[in-house]
Amino acid sequence: MKKSIFLGTLAVAGLAAGLASAQTMADVQARGTLKCGSNEGLAGFAAPDANGNMQGFDVSLCRAIAVAVLGDAQAVEFVPLTSQTRFTALAAGEVDVLVRNSTWTFSRDTDLKLDFVGVNYYDGQGFMVRKDLGVSSARELDGATVCIQTGTTTELNLADFFRVNGISYEPVPVATNAEGQQQYLAGACDVYTTDVSGLAATRATFENAGDHVILPEIVSKEPLGPVVRHGDNAWGDIVRWTLNAMIAAEEYGVTSANVAEMAAAPTMNPEINRLLGTEGELGAMIGLSKDWAVQVISAVGNYGEVFEAHIGENTPVGLARGLNAQWTNGGLLYSPPFR
Amino acid sequence: MAEVTLPPREGFRLSQLLYDARYRSLTIQVVAAMMLMLSLAWLVDNTVQNLAALGKDFSFAFLWSTAGYDINQQIIPFTSQDTHARAALVGILNTLLVAFMGCILATVIGVLAGVLRLSKNFVVSGIMTFYVEAMRNTPLLIWILIVFAVMTEATPQPRDFREGGGASMILWDSVAISNRGVFVPKPLWGEGSGVVIAVFLLSLAAIFVLRRFARKRQEQTGQQLPVFRLSLALFFVPALLAFFVMGRPITLELPELGGFNFVGGIQVRNSLIALWLALSLYTSAFIAEIVRSGILAVSRGQTEAAFALGIQPNRTMQLVILPQALRVIIPPLISQFLNLTKNSSLALAVGYMDVRSTLGGITINQTGREIEGILLLGTFYLIVSLVISSLMNLYNSSVKLKER
Repeated sequence: MKKSIFLGTLAVAGLAAGLASAQTMADVQARGTLKCGSNEGLAGFAAPDANGNMQGFDVSLCRAIAVAVLGDAQAVEFVPLTSQTRFTALAAGEVDVLVRNSTWTFSRDTDLKLDFVGVNYYDGQGFMVRKDLGVSSARELDGATVCIQTGTTTELNLADFFRVNGISYEPVPVATNAEGQQQYLAGACDVYTTDVSGLAATRATFENAGDHVILPEIVSKEPLGPVVRHGDNAWGDIVRWTLNAMIAAEEYGVTSANVAEMAAAPTMNPEINRLLGTEGELGAMIGLSKDWAVQVISAVGNYGEVFEAHIGENTPVGLARGLNAQWTNGGLLYSPPFR
Repeated sequence: MAEVTLPPREGFRLSQLLYDARYRSLTIQVVAAMMLMLSLAWLVDNTVQNLAALGKDFSFAFLWSTAGYDINQQIIPFTSQDTHARAALVGILNTLLVAFMGCILATVIGVLAGVLRLSKNFVVSGIMTFYVEAMRNTPLLIWILIVFAVMTEATPQPRDFREGGGASMILWDSVAISNRGVFVPKPLWGEGSGVVIAVFLLSLAAIFVLRRFARKRQEQTGQQLPVFRLSLALFFVPALLAFFVMGRPITLELPELGGFNFVGGIQVRNSLIALWLALSLYTSAFIAEIVRSGILAVSRGQTEAAFALGIQPNRTMQLVILPQALRVIIPPLISQFLNLTKNSSLALAVGYMDVRSTLGGITINQTGREIEGILLLGTFYLIVSLVISSLMNLYNSSVKLKER
């Protein structure tokens, strides 16, 4: 009798634990901070600045979500995760959202029980070598030693690329970008491979960045985006539409500078009005305030502003918009309508 | 007439379970066992529930799917098209390799350091004390990283071996020490090399027989044979003769500079060297202390008796002290071997592809099967530890005091 009561309690506790995963929004609000899984250090994407504040392209998306949910861009606890630990940490509930240069793939979206809710950077895998090696194409890399972060899609693409082209290589597995950089600079590997954005960010921190070239071959599609746990659709919606709001804001010319003015009174563009909450009740539909997008954009900026501030052509990382331009400019960024 | 009244026999009462010393310990054990089982059941139940909540199943089918990644150090052939199970096997062999090499080197260094720490020479014992204390009082991971950093930062790159690069190969251009590893010549087994190997193995057997014969002869007649010189001759002469008679079938493939790197020869990767050296040095400090305690455990009278019989100090150590000390040394030595084997899972820090890095690292990451992977990993280390300890226990029973 007693035993059955005990087991019954256990079952209820187990159920409660199961249900807890489906209310991330309530957990975040109760905690007062957003736990954001981030890169352990990648210049331009997620790295601490001189004052120890996390800054970067991915970090800004975390801050945008925190503004949408908690109204405070500083209410984020960044959890540095390696490429090996990131998905486990997310699945186990150690972080609420993962924004860490993670590639959206079929098996991660389905078999790992995660949900990729959008793409914040369209990337592809490339190779970086020293200029004085005289290599001009990745197909000339037969016999090269290649540093590679373990637990990534790039590891699998690398094996495929060399196998398909019938050339050999020696993989040197590294756990973090910092370790890869150190090994590459010490000459323990001839080639460093990761997403091109990561290569550019890494190269930006080199003493003599000009001595290194990124080879022209892009060997894979790497759509990088924020990830949440599968099954909590309400939370997934919030993350997805926060990203979309930043993209749409750029499309409609809403910036951190003019958002207050635009939100003061309805404009002539109904799409802007719905985005900024001067028309309709879109915020309430995902459990946020009416002016959530206004807050996000005034605190963090739109997609273009964030891009230019952290990884754009005027920063040391120096990435062109390329595929990440708005669809109206020939890029792939395309937010579904706010309606 | 006095009547003796026996106290009435009481039946078993429930309170006796708690207050009667005969039953109390049993009660406590039963309760503890029940609580242990309940908490285990809770753990399993919780895992099952959470997996179900995430929509994950529990299956080992991932082991038979394509791995898709490459492994640099392969003892058995492996390509990215092989299965995760084979990748795990490659990792297991790499773990066993570094554990085996580590146990041997750690024992050699440990015994030396332990014996030298007892030296009467102040400088020698002082250096050994410093070595032991420095090694065993700093984390192993730091030693692994230090050795690895020295290997990658302080050694020349392969490109430095080119003309005017400032680095050169050693031992008549046969060995290259670079920051990608040490390249050593690789033997190529030509036709007829089987005969040479057979002759060599036969001469090894002959050395063994000779030593037994020499010992028997000494025990019976007291005459000594020049065992060392005879063994040395047996070791080299027949094999070399066979080598030249068969027309030099075994040749060496020297490492040479290729496009990016050395080609040919055998590459001993820096990750292996760093892990091997660090594991050996760290564990040898503990072994040194075990050896020292074993030697000190042998009564001083044994040494004095040996000296009184006119036995030289080093022969005393060899024939009198060490055999007795072994009885004290072996049991704790087993745990050091187990420690070394399990510590080899720190391989990931230097990118050595052991079973923790393949099965427990990349495979888990690419397939998302954390629980299954970690269970397999735990089972592997458990089995290896049990095998090592049972082998060492066999050895222990052969050296322990035999009472006749």
